Amino acid sequence: MEQFDVAIIGAGVCGANIARKLSQYELDVALLEKEIDVSLGTSKANSGIVHGGFHDHISTLKARLELQGALMFDRLHEELDFPFERCGILVAALHEDEMHAIEQLYLQGVDNGVIGIEMCSRERMLELEPKLNPDVVGGLYAPSGGILEPYRFVFSLVESAKKNGVRVKTEFEVASAEREGDYWHIRSTSGQEIQARFVVNSAGLHADRISAAFDAERFEIAPRKGEYYLLDRMTKSKPSRVIFPVPTEVSKGILVIPTVEGTVLIGPTASPAQGKEDFATTRDQLEHILHSARMMVPSISESDVITSFAGLRASYGTDFYIKLSDEAPAFVQVAGIQSPGLTASPAIGDYVKDLLKKAGLRLVEKSEWDPYVHKVPRARDADPYALDGLVAHDPAYGDIVCRCERVSEAEIVAAIRAGHTTLDGIKYYTRAQMGRCQGGFCTYKIIRILMRETGMGFDEVTKRGGDSTVLRGSL
Amino acid sequence: MKQLNYDAVVIGGGAAGMAAAVELDSHGHSVLILEREDSLGGILMQCIHNGFGLIEFNEELTGPEFAQRFEAKVRAKNIQASLKTTVLDLREENGFKAVYCVSPAEGMMRIEARAVVLAMGCRERNRGNIRIPGTRPAGVYTAGLAQRLVNIEGYIPGKDVVIIGSGDIGLIMARRMSWSGCKVHAVIEILPYLSGLTRNIVQCLNDFGIPLYLSHLVTDIYGKDRVEGIEVTPIESGALMREKAFKIPCDTVLLSVGLVPENELSRNAGIEIQPTTNGPWVDSALMTTLPGVFACGNVLHVHDLVDYVVEEARRAGANAASWLSGYRPAREIRLKTGANIRYVMPMRLNPERENRVYMRSLVVKNNARLEVRLDGAVVKSRKLAHVQPSEMLSLTVAPADIAAAGRDSVIEIALV
Amino acid sequence: MKELICITCPMGCHLAIDTGANGEMKVTGNRCVRGEQYAREEVLNPKRVVTFTCAALLPDGSAPGVSSNLPRRVPVRTRTGFPKERIPELLDALRGISVRLPTERGAMVLPKALGTDVDVVVARSIALE
Repeated sequence: MEQFDVAIIGAGVCGANIARKLSQYELDVALLEKEIDVSLGTSKANSGIVHGGFHDHISTLKARLELQGALMFDRLHEELDFPFERCGILVAALHEDEMHAIEQLYLQGVDNGVIGIEMCSRERMLELEPKLNPDVVGGLYAPSGGILEPYRFVFSLVESAKKNGVRVKTEFEVASAEREGDYWHIRSTSGQEIQARFVVNSAGLHADRISAAFDAERFEIAPRKGEYYLLDRMTKSKPSRVIFPVPTEVSKGILVIPTVEGTVLIGPTASPAQGKEDFATTRDQLEHILHSARMMVPSISESDVITSFAGLRASYGTDFYIKLSDEAPAFVQVAGIQSPGLTASPAIGDYVKDLLKKAGLRLVEKSEWDPYVHKVPRARDADPYALDGLVAHDPAYGDIVCRCERVSEAEIVAAIRAGHTTLDGIKYYTRAQMGRCQGGFCTYKIIRILMRETGMGFDEVTKRGGDSTVLRGSL
Repeated sequence: MKQLNYDAVVIGGGAAGMAAAVELDSHGHSVLILEREDSLGGILMQCIHNGFGLIEFNEELTGPEFAQRFEAKVRAKNIQASLKTTVLDLREENGFKAVYCVSPAEGMMRIEARAVVLAMGCRERNRGNIRIPGTRPAGVYTAGLAQRLVNIEGYIPGKDVVIIGSGDIGLIMARRMSWSGCKVHAVIEILPYLSGLTRNIVQCLNDFGIPLYLSHLVTDIYGKDRVEGIEVTPIESGALMREKAFKIPCDTVLLSVGLVPENELSRNAGIEIQPTTNGPWVDSALMTTLPGVFACGNVLHVHDLVDYVVEEARRAGANAASWLSGYRPAREIRLKTGANIRYVMPMRLNPERENRVYMRSLVVKNNARLEVRLDGAVVKSRKLAHVQPSEMLSLTVAPADIAAAGRDSVIEIALV
Repeated sequence: MKELICITCPMGCHLAIDTGANGEMKVTGNRCVRGEQYAREEVLNPKRVVTFTCAALLPDGSAPGVSSNLPRRVPVRTRTGFPKERIPELLDALRGISVRLPTERGAMVLPKALGTDVDVVVARSIALE
């Protein structure tokens, strides 16, 4: 049976950051994930924002980790392979009585040490973002706020962790765990078993079930659903900065987000989900999104919508629940990570490493730790001469499989070789199937490439593992 | 980067592209066809059903048969075609049109041409465009993708099928899936009438006992990993009757909810796109707002008969050839839509040449009359036994018909 | 009385066919003579052109692999209308037939299928690369 120093349960953005952090030390680390690929939980369906650091009070753990984490992205962007840009965040007030809330956010930002945060007049707001509703009365600007592709971030973190020795086990759903001496004996639903001295519970929506399986603290994660619309990259309503409304007690509101890859995301809503498998979008919430988004950016048109999706966040209390368990030995809880979880995640990696150290994990730095991953050239980022060079080196760069997002066969092969062997995994890695035709033209090509590269039979090709097979018969 | 030079480049090697290229070549111009698939023929290659070519060849051919008749002409004339070639950009450089494209064999190519014919066809509208709420399981396809999977790749996407939209592609696939051993449980159509040809009700639905639900909306798709069913809600007097909603269990949903001309390349080149057709604005010669760039076929406006596509493409090719020879219309007359007409194509007439106009009706009508009015006076009319929005109409307007037109005259086509 | 929609032209006339005691058929609702013809045939001996695909085989008898540029399926068609009620039988027969590449459109797949005078032929020329 495999033995590890640390087993991290859940390969979302927290688990992936923790894994990469721990890979810097002489440790045997396992990253366990119940889905067929990493990043298929909350980490794939969120706003993709590096927040400005002014929404929460410094007394909260989430604010402190958010501020730390936000500063770490430039370096991560340089070392890893994910798109990221500090486009800036605006919070827009549409009525005079919202300006008080704006001022509170501004003061909180100043207190938190947010660099460059400013209060804006109407003119300044419209200058910063001409697509804004001209009725805006004023607002807040945080130039350090940014956008990224969350699943690319997680894929890259995991790739870096793997490169540095972390063992990633997908389709490993924890069924039970027993403490046996210095080890946790962990069993999966499919009969796999491993042992680990320390365990990190970063299981997102299922962190409560994992905690119970380890006889640690009893708590309940409530799934909160957020629905989004994605708009065509050619929409006239694309802003250049992320636009927030004034937040409510419950949520940061419905945002208008220029994604780093050029499309526009509007959402999320915030409603209770009917269980942890409830990923359905609903007519009412989608109408609500269009209505709210149009208040910020009036030129948003429903004819620009190319798809919609829903993500679930793990709701537990009002702050991050990150601590050494008082009930289970050598067990770290990383639960209830809602917004600003993505922003805080690199700092969560550091924080958990320190908690483990406090719990007795011996940390010896590796001399040969490599922070970098191979950056896969992307056809769409290449100018004509560069693309010509890529094709000369690998003809598969000249075969544009996804024409809407300009994704070449070479990139799809790279995705498959990096372990992404489902249609969704390939989609998140390459963007193929994400464009305006939503896979209408490229899906059959991707299926062929997948079968060729992996030797899969037609009936093994899935959208995202499990029963999500795409072809149900052969003529 | 490879540098090439041709009189004309045709973007797209389907029916429109091939017809335009053959025409240009027959006028003595050097032509290059750029096609992203690994064979010529375009979408016709997966349309293995019959019904093509009644007008063009006076025969009822299948899609591949029709396409290969044109491919034979292309080969016979030794017209160059670069396959597996994707066009990335169209620009004006040094007074020429520069087409940037890439292929695995050649790498990046920059082709300098004096004229370009856009013939990129169209794409299908999908679930996201019509915003059907619900989960996102495997098993939801556009009808065209399913058609490709079945007819060329040889796979069955699913066994228990529901089809959303009663356009021809959906109806054809109802038959195709039935012939492939699947069960098609229903075709759901939001409008109160069939979107596709009447003959398809008989050949594709009645023959198989497939129920058609008119005035119904699909309001939910459910299923965890794979589609498990859809929710259908009737529409009465324009209102959604939510309390009458019902479910149809199925594992596959095919969407046939409309086509959109594929104009990203055109937009990026600064070519003006018309909102009524989603295709480029064109003058009487089918030339876009970028001089020397012409458009034809489904990229210009969505057709229903491939015979009209090739007629239009030949015209575009001939006009491009005229343009290359220096011909410019002395003047053009504005053409606009009148009563009951959704759009007219093109929106300009040339009083010196014969004009062929395509249009679509907004209404279903029998014993209708198509009227051409010059500054309000009827100059030409034609009786039509039957008119419906899903069937494109055509009309020839000759110089003699509009000889009386002045500089600021306006011509209108109406359906009465 | 039998009701039909004529499919000969886009008008789609709704036809009514009355078959008298002596087997005589009277067709009403048609706006042209083709409609009457269609109605008679549709009642007495309905036919449909059938289009389908057969498995493609390489010259060595193997199927094109997933790396091959060659299609796995060859479109085939009945040359003319085939008796409607025997179509399921025809499809079963075609499922057992493969077409060896290269092939030309018009190549014979199933001559005088199932004892009718209708041939099934290849509908697409496919060359080897």
